[in-house]
Amino acid sequence: MSSKRPALPRRGTARLDPIIAEALDARNTTPLTLGAFAALTRDRARTLGARALVFVLTLGASMLCALPFLLLSGADLGVTARAFFIGSLGSQFALAETLVQMIPLLIAGLAVAFSFHGGLFNIGVEGQLIFGGLVAGVIGAKLDVSPALLTFLCLSGGIAGGAFAALIPALLKAYRGVHEVVTTIMINFVAVYVALYAVSPKGPFVSASQPSATDKIPRDARLSVIWEGTRLHSGLIVAVAAMIGVWWLLYRTPLGFRIRLMGANPGAALASGVSVARMTNSTLLISGGLGGLAGAVQVLGVYGRFFDAFSAGYGYDAIAVALLAALSPIAMIVSAFFFAMLDSGAVQMQAVAGISREMVGVVSGLVVAFVAIQPAIVHLSGRIQRGNRPPEADPSSTQSLPLASGENR
Amino acid sequence: MSLEPPLCPAAIRLTGIDKRFGAVHANRAIDLTVQSGSIHGLLGENGAGKSTLMKILFGMIHADAGMIEIDGAPVTFRSSAEALGAGIGMVQQHFSLIGAFSVTENLIMGRATGSLAMRMVRRLDLPRAARRAQELSDCFGFGIDPFARVSTLSVGARQKVEILKALWGGARTLVLDEPTAALSPPEAEELYALLDRLRAEGTTIVLISHKMPEIMRLCDRVTVLRDGAVVGEAELSGKDLARPAVRQLIEAHLVQMMIGRGNPELPQRAPKEGPLILDVRGLTDGVQFGPLDLKVHGSEIVAVVGVEGNGQSELVDLLMGLRKATDGLIAIDGHNVIDWSTQRRLDAGIAHIAEDRHATGVADGMSLIDNASIGFVDGKPFSTGPWFLSLRQRRLLTETLIERHQVRPPAADIPMASLSGGNQQKLVVGRELARAPRLLIAAQPTRGLDVGSTSAVHRALLDLRAGGSAILLPSLDLAEVFAIADRLVVLRKGQIVGRMTAAQFEIDQIGRWMSGSQGDPAPGPPCPDAPKQMDTAL
Repeated sequence: MSSKRPALPRRGTARLDPIIAEALDARNTTPLTLGAFAALTRDRARTLGARALVFVLTLGASMLCALPFLLLSGADLGVTARAFFIGSLGSQFALAETLVQMIPLLIAGLAVAFSFHGGLFNIGVEGQLIFGGLVAGVIGAKLDVSPALLTFLCLSGGIAGGAFAALIPALLKAYRGVHEVVTTIMINFVAVYVALYAVSPKGPFVSASQPSATDKIPRDARLSVIWEGTRLHSGLIVAVAAMIGVWWLLYRTPLGFRIRLMGANPGAALASGVSVARMTNSTLLISGGLGGLAGAVQVLGVYGRFFDAFSAGYGYDAIAVALLAALSPIAMIVSAFFFAMLDSGAVQMQAVAGISREMVGVVSGLVVAFVAIQPAIVHLSGRIQRGNRPPEADPSSTQSLPLASGENR
Repeated sequence: MSLEPPLCPAAIRLTGIDKRFGAVHANRAIDLTVQSGSIHGLLGENGAGKSTLMKILFGMIHADAGMIEIDGAPVTFRSSAEALGAGIGMVQQHFSLIGAFSVTENLIMGRATGSLAMRMVRRLDLPRAARRAQELSDCFGFGIDPFARVSTLSVGARQKVEILKALWGGARTLVLDEPTAALSPPEAEELYALLDRLRAEGTTIVLISHKMPEIMRLCDRVTVLRDGAVVGEAELSGKDLARPAVRQLIEAHLVQMMIGRGNPELPQRAPKEGPLILDVRGLTDGVQFGPLDLKVHGSEIVAVVGVEGNGQSELVDLLMGLRKATDGLIAIDGHNVIDWSTQRRLDAGIAHIAEDRHATGVADGMSLIDNASIGFVDGKPFSTGPWFLSLRQRRLLTETLIERHQVRPPAADIPMASLSGGNQQKLVVGRELARAPRLLIAAQPTRGLDVGSTSAVHRALLDLRAGGSAILLPSLDLAEVFAIADRLVVLRKGQIVGRMTAAQFEIDQIGRWMSGSQGDPAPGPPCPDAPKQMDTAL
């Protein structure tokens, strides 16, 4: 029997029926007709429209529910709104400041969304961000190499630091099934106190001239200012590159496909030969790396050094950013910009209208709540839409709205 | 049993019940009369329209046309609550009990009376309910402890609680949808005895089943459905079923009506002897499965039958590498794959149509494109390395599969969940066939599908067989097995207890093997050594 044993196909290539392969080739050579192209474009526009509608509805509902709190704090609505827009968009300086705020929110939002795509909830982005910032700050302060190399090393070190913070939760989840929400929250505390210690008066990395911080990173090695006269730095380019990179990774690579499949149905992933343990590790490490990158960019771009309270809770706001964008990497830039507007507008609102900064937290909490109930809203609107039509008439009515798929896992 | 007073009005009379779901004509002008105090069998294949008919009776679905009479009076039920009020209780195929609750708590769940406000504030009189449960249980000999937590009960006892729950509301007519599907033979026997007692007390019972022994054991009369229409009725009470000749004659008649053809009458299935493709020896998971020997040749469909939960899913998982084998070997085309990962086994030419589509076959939330490309993300033409996966090629693959297997609606970008079960399954079957498998494991490939989709899947499997591949078909549907399998093995408690070739297919013998009842050691080789000789003989 062994003499006529058929050879195995080359590994790493999916088996494909030659007949199907031929059919694929035949389709490959037929050019896209104008009608098909128009249909495709129409579908995409419709999906985009539906997504935009959900975005606006969620945001509008959250703002509406924040109103009572605003009124309770005795605000004049007109004055508050004016202050908000002037503070966030009203001048070159305000706009630049909003973009500066957007950078860490965008990268950290990508970190959260990435884990959601794999069916995991990385709630430890804050800790990963602190770790990444610490590693970047230490490398920047201690190493003596050329500025360009130092920038590169700081950013990679930040990614590695963030991934390191996610390592223990990843391994525990992959091989022992320990829930990642619990472990990543725990690591947040570890990260905060490790960072506190590292730059404490007796800590190993504390600066001689500045308490609770590392030494300054050489000016040439920091992320340069790209808008003269403002604080806006080239971290914006890093963030946009990360956004495109995450999109590509998720939707245009085999790894991303496996991660999304695991997120959508781990059983189907296992049955189709995906190693769920390995994908869990990959997902959480990449997510943690993004979190670390957010910290490193913040250190290199804004402060020029690591200090212990450098994160204003970006890792937690990032959850709202990711959910509001329905986990879409590209839409993330809109939701990150919105939250950045809240952050930078809050300063003006506090100064002019006497609104507490904490109002930002109220809105972001409400956004999370409204995203969480999106499936219920979609279901309800579907029922209202159908009205007295027979239920089996329209199987496609629930198709296009993106749900907060990550929330329920 | 035979002295039914003809003057007494029928417990249930359905006249001209008609129901369509889109293109599927689920019930075609069905007439059904159930005599009071009898057990009436409703026999038919999956998708024959039995459950639809009973859901119409129970007010869960509304018929397009037709009339329902209860005890001679015409009724229209707008909801199942109204059906309950009219004395009709239904036990669904799937359990609807809450494991953490006691039996009594399960019984009173959702049965509160009075206004919503009253229900919220009124004291819950559990002791009284428990006393009533005890009385009811004693009256019919259920033998159920009202205080027992449901999660501690056996499957058989849970089925009894379900029946008790139906009787709780004062049901005089019970509809049971495949009540023994999940029961072991002794538990099933206990249930049969209980149903006998219920009938003796005057309860009318409609029994949905496709198990012949059960029908023969219990029913006074049986109605056979096929493709949504009544194709025949048979009176069983008064027949001398103890005589094997009579019994076999009736059974053969019923099976013929049910599947619409003679027993194993098989078109164009000339046996082709292909090379040995799957060779399983001494396979065991060290717990409750095996050791088991099995050979499947090319151009051969080998069915694996048995009562659900007797090792079918373990066998599939072991073959796919989703469960660890402690001993034995699995050879595909002569390569021992026992230590291989699932991915390598797929690469070696195993494909798998999952038994539970939603759990392991598809991702409902993902698009058709993503679902069609599960397992097609490595190598050309789909990807050119770890950094590029082509959406265009995956779209083309999806469109090809949609076209070849007539998936409706023919749109690649919509989510999988918006397709009907049959169309989802067509896509899954197409996807697995596109791997050009050497061995296809088709686990219950037509479960829950309508007639059209079922025959499409069967055609696809037969085409694959004609191409020289080996097919392993774990199935609970004997009609399907008779229709397309070349050989079958019977699994019981993780072991093969019987083997047959298509020419020998005989439903009685299979039933005995499956249930392990009445000993009957002579005809079947129940030991794992004997099959080797049989295999060479085939």
